[in-house]
Amino acid sequence: MATAPDTRTASAPARAPLLSVRGVKTYYGNIVALRGVDLDVHEGEIVTLIGANGAGKSTLMMTIFGDPRAREGTVLFEGRDITRMPTNEIAKLHIAQAPEGRRIFGRMTVLENLQLGASIADPAFFAADLERVLTLFPRLKERLHQRGGTLSGGEQQMLAIGRALLARPRLLLLDEPSLGLAPLLVRQIFAAIRELNEREKLTVFLVEQNAFHALKLAHRGYVMVNGEITLSGSSRELLNRPEVRAAYLEGGRH
Amino acid sequence: MAHQAQSRLPAFDVRRALKSGALAALVAFGLFSLLIGLRTEQGPTGALILVPRPWELFWLVVAAFVGSFLRELVRGEQGAALARMVPAPVRNVVTQVAPYFGYALLAFAVAVPMIFYSNRYLLDLSIQILTYVMLGWGLNIVVGLAGLLDLGYVAFYAVGAYSYALLAQNFGLSFWICLPLAGILAAFWGVLLGFPVLRLRGDYLAIVTLAFGEIIRLVLINWQSFTGGPNGISGIARPSFFGLPFTAADDGFAATFGLEFSPNHRVVFLYYLILILALVTNAVAIRLRRLPIGRAWEALREDEIACRSLGINTTNTKLTAFAIGAMFGGFAGSFFATRQGFISPESFTFGESALVLAIVVLGGMGSQIGVAVAAAVMLGGFELFREFEQYRMLVFGFAMVSIMIWRPRGLVATRLPSVFLKERKLVSADMVSEGRG
Repeated sequence: MATAPDTRTASAPARAPLLSVRGVKTYYGNIVALRGVDLDVHEGEIVTLIGANGAGKSTLMMTIFGDPRAREGTVLFEGRDITRMPTNEIAKLHIAQAPEGRRIFGRMTVLENLQLGASIADPAFFAADLERVLTLFPRLKERLHQRGGTLSGGEQQMLAIGRALLARPRLLLLDEPSLGLAPLLVRQIFAAIRELNEREKLTVFLVEQNAFHALKLAHRGYVMVNGEITLSGSSRELLNRPEVRAAYLEGGRH
Repeated sequence: MAHQAQSRLPAFDVRRALKSGALAALVAFGLFSLLIGLRTEQGPTGALILVPRPWELFWLVVAAFVGSFLRELVRGEQGAALARMVPAPVRNVVTQVAPYFGYALLAFAVAVPMIFYSNRYLLDLSIQILTYVMLGWGLNIVVGLAGLLDLGYVAFYAVGAYSYALLAQNFGLSFWICLPLAGILAAFWGVLLGFPVLRLRGDYLAIVTLAFGEIIRLVLINWQSFTGGPNGISGIARPSFFGLPFTAADDGFAATFGLEFSPNHRVVFLYYLILILALVTNAVAIRLRRLPIGRAWEALREDEIACRSLGINTTNTKLTAFAIGAMFGGFAGSFFATRQGFISPESFTFGESALVLAIVVLGGMGSQIGVAVAAAVMLGGFELFREFEQYRMLVFGFAMVSIMIWRPRGLVATRLPSVFLKERKLVSADMVSEGRG
């Protein structure tokens, strides 16, 4: 990486990526989960990471967040090494995530969940940001005073994304937002992600098993197998690759 | 009308209830046949002899049968149906009056010394109840809000009490100076406990806090030269009314205000003192819940990993919860010391921790009014049934089990949202209580 530390002044194509993962190896005890992953996310992009169960997708996402930490390699955000930072400090750099399994606060109201999302944001923005999230997900508006745990799965996913958005993220990490949702809801949520990206230039890193939908949405994609990136390229390329089609797309587009 | 009610009566599943009753009776028989059914006594020659007690055993088994039978009968749907048989007007009145219950309780609490002025016994009991209400509210911050199960809360109560006693005796400091100092010291110990248990949760945390409570007590017993050991500390200074002592002397409280001297003045003063301390605890707890730190506590209770990924510093959040909870324990402790005038390690056993925790759990974790009601019911109950002290634990256990069966979320299982947009909407119980499964 021979780029100057201040990358914002560089011309667009030569710009350093917003997030850059280099040679990251992560272990759970002695078990290898990631075997040296390289990956870039540029500003304004939607990048997706697809792969089967247990490939290490979620581990990569959590490694970016410092929990578990990478044993080798580096994670750079805006050129800054965040590999060894504690999770809450990483979050303060305005990297937000809607984690796997949503992890919303079940006994707190929807509004309180959203307020917690804004923990690191300037409170001056809260009212306007809240309004934007509620416009994006009108269902949340109806349920504002209901407990998070009483929402349906799709509503919980909306809440998880909304909560992440209230942190005013520079980079949004989404871990399987389509998990366990009806096709109609998946489309709604993916449409919302696209809208955020197009209108607000939000950078999104999307981990998905639903390869077809994810590649349709994303600009670029990576394919992970067994803790390694085996393929990468533009979404269109990947969609047409026979190995991708065979492994992830054939047998029903769900 | 009567037969209408009759027709709505649910069909009781008597067979299932009988089965459950028989099973309970069998278990009770197995349990008690040796425990109760046989009693060892010293015989005429000095040797132990076995005295069979068939009737005691019989009645216990019958009680187990009836209890289980009735419980099975009114459980679940049938229980709900029975509740529906309460006429609608009554239920409406209850729901309308419920929001004002807290204010009524407060008004009553303020009025207690005026109503029972001459009843010293009742005033003392009320002071004791209020002390536990305050302890309950303090512990509620740790357990109810932050979800950190603390079985050693009495340690902070002890730290507060000893802080006041030692500061007052060794340096002659007045109650009003010692009170904040005791709170600060207790908070400091709270942080000290917090550090080693940062990574622990649930049962593991509970065990360590339990040990912490015992350590404090054992130190108090064994550090004779400092704490007086098992003899405790006596002759602790009584609080004064802003410098006016409650004595019959000319510069005493009664003489200054031209009143006839009465020992009850001090009791009434102590009553209002603990009432104010308790209300301050309550106000702070409620206020904190609406601030980001209170929200962070609750979020910590729900999901620690999610908390961290939202940028919340879980270390600080836990430590502040421990510190603030401990601080109120310390305040209550120094009040206890000044009220009793004598403290010893015996007042700070695990039983006290368990009692305060029981008050919090029975009251409904996170519910302020529930804690107050639970404290009054439990301590009042202890007093009411003083003659049956032998059976106290039995009744206590029974009450616990019943609450866990019928009101698993505590007496007051609702939780008002701490924030609202335009109006405070009453969140119905269905939305608030935990789902099943």
